[in-house]
Amino acid sequence: MRDVTETMVGFARTVRAAGGTAGPERVQAMLAALDHLDVLDPSAVYWAGRLTLCADPGDLARYDRCFAAYFSGATARPGRRPPPAVVRRTALPGAPDGASGEPGAPEAAAASAAEVLRERDVARLTAAERAEVARLIALMDAGAERRRSRRFAPAPAGRLDPGRTVRETLRRGGETALLRHRAHRTRPRRVVLIVDVSGSMGPYADALLRFAHAAARSGGRAVEVFSAGTRLTRLTRELRHRDPDTAMAAASEAVPDWSGGTRLGEELKEFLDRFGQRGLARGAVVVIASDGWERGDAALLGEQMARLGRLAHRVVWANPHKARPGYEPLAAGMAAALPHVDDFTSGHSLAALEDLARLVAGAGRGDAHA
Amino acid sequence: MGESAPTTAEEVASPAELAGLLDRHAYLCDDGLATACFLALRMGRPLFLEGEAGVGKTELAKTLARVLGAPLIRLQCYEGLDASQALYDWDFPRQLLHLRAAEAAGVADVARLEGELYDRRFLLARPLLRALETTPSVLLVDELDRADDEFEAFLLEVLSDFTITVPELGTIRAERPPVVVVTSNRTREVHDALKRRCLYHWLEHPSFEREVAIIRRRLPGAAGRLAGQVARAAQRLRERDLLKPPGVAETLDWTGALVALGARELDPGTAAVTLGAVLKYREDQQRVLAGGLEALLDGG
Repeated sequence: MRDVTETMVGFARTVRAAGGTAGPERVQAMLAALDHLDVLDPSAVYWAGRLTLCADPGDLARYDRCFAAYFSGATARPGRRPPPAVVRRTALPGAPDGASGEPGAPEAAAASAAEVLRERDVARLTAAERAEVARLIALMDAGAERRRSRRFAPAPAGRLDPGRTVRETLRRGGETALLRHRAHRTRPRRVVLIVDVSGSMGPYADALLRFAHAAARSGGRAVEVFSAGTRLTRLTRELRHRDPDTAMAAASEAVPDWSGGTRLGEELKEFLDRFGQRGLARGAVVVIASDGWERGDAALLGEQMARLGRLAHRVVWANPHKARPGYEPLAAGMAAALPHVDDFTSGHSLAALEDLARLVAGAGRGDAHA
Repeated sequence: MGESAPTTAEEVASPAELAGLLDRHAYLCDDGLATACFLALRMGRPLFLEGEAGVGKTELAKTLARVLGAPLIRLQCYEGLDASQALYDWDFPRQLLHLRAAEAAGVADVARLEGELYDRRFLLARPLLRALETTPSVLLVDELDRADDEFEAFLLEVLSDFTITVPELGTIRAERPPVVVVTSNRTREVHDALKRRCLYHWLEHPSFEREVAIIRRRLPGAAGRLAGQVARAAQRLRERDLLKPPGVAETLDWTGALVALGARELDPGTAAVTLGAVLKYREDQQRVLAGGLEALLDGG
């Protein structure tokens, strides 16, 4: 039994080295499971490990690789991490500095400088202004509107609260003098943010992800964040770091497809198939931040948006290019999506992000419709 | 299939034997699932099952209950589920009635009256408490991903020591922990702390051969040829890009519908009139019809 334990602990170490979850508690469970099984049966060993060391369908392929490698004599190489992508901080090629269109900015008073900064397109900021905007976004309150929960809380009026009424009655020796009431509590509505990180959104992705981080911080576990581009990536966990820069670094490492193309229709479909239909999008406020520059099939995007519209409580679309003078939603993807959008807004500047936060919170809805 | 005498968890000697017992109750499982169930019984750990809707997660719990001759106690999770719906609640109307009766009888001893009011007979056991008080029992915590995470944390506590404390009564401890099956459809990540207490199993759609066997096992009225055709068509539907690919439950529904219509085989005609039994979205039906039903059926 001794070398069985050693072998299995070594195996667990291999799984851990490959990035799996094989903490001491799980390893104990694996050994305990083997106690009940035939250790000479490879299938039993496989299952004892798999049932205790895996916690996610995503773990299974890695587990299989480790199992094959370890028990065929070879040692599994630790899984290679993708090279971290750096969050793009470059401005648009056409606007190398923040001076264009803002004459007299240097001599303006500090207060009005902040005011000007609020309205400026984030794609045209200098590095210093960008840092300031990032700081202001981090302070933003982007919590969701509230919905009624099934749970009750004591309230001055509302439905009768039998429990508290009985207790009150008992306290008075059986005299039903005071009726107690309760009302439904409210909870924040779920918010799902899908941020397009494809090339055409490059100048805005950082600010929008920072906004998502602010929302995740204000809304806690009711907020889910995904990035879209050529692959849908769930960023909720990465953005749960309190510190915005740590969170952004984690997110940029998790996103495999910075500055690629856009296949929004397919990714929205993946989102709805995997998460949305089963509950994430149901009754939620869904924010899509994208310029709608769809390289894929615009009809598919329209179809998926219709689906999303039926599931979600409200769909908000933030398109940074909307703020440009003379913008018309002519891109095929945008045109296909618009009929299914409740609020169409821009999200290109600090002020626009504040508007977006108000929309998420359920204020001023519907008036942004183009 | 004759009803066998209930088996206790300790009597099952190996995963293979458990698979045989499940088979006797018309649930066919593979090595992985059999090992998972066997270890859940032996180690007294909850079994955490994830997988697409309709792969047989709930059915497994029901069948385990039948194998063990134990009642199945089901806790269906939903958003806003709280302790009073999952654990216990006081029966207020009866308490008030008792109070009135005592009043009419002229009882003046308030302290005693209060003691009486929080008697066990006024406690309504909800699923978790019921499972702890029933030995043996199978507790199914269904679709945990729908509950809020506060509830998950609370469940973790109950499932780690199998005791429940009622302030007015004291601690209620399970004589022997129930067999627990937790299911999730993965709409939300379940906390790692909870998963760590459990055996984790990801349930896949069955292979073609197994699915044919499941159909034949569950619907003896279906001809072998029909079962094969339906299973093949279901496998093909799963490869399509559908909103809701059919699970085993849908395959069985479909076969059931065909058997009820007296169909001997699956052809474009019988498939067209029974499509609603396997595809539950209008878009999916349209997509499949647009591609031609023959494409699902060829070869047989």
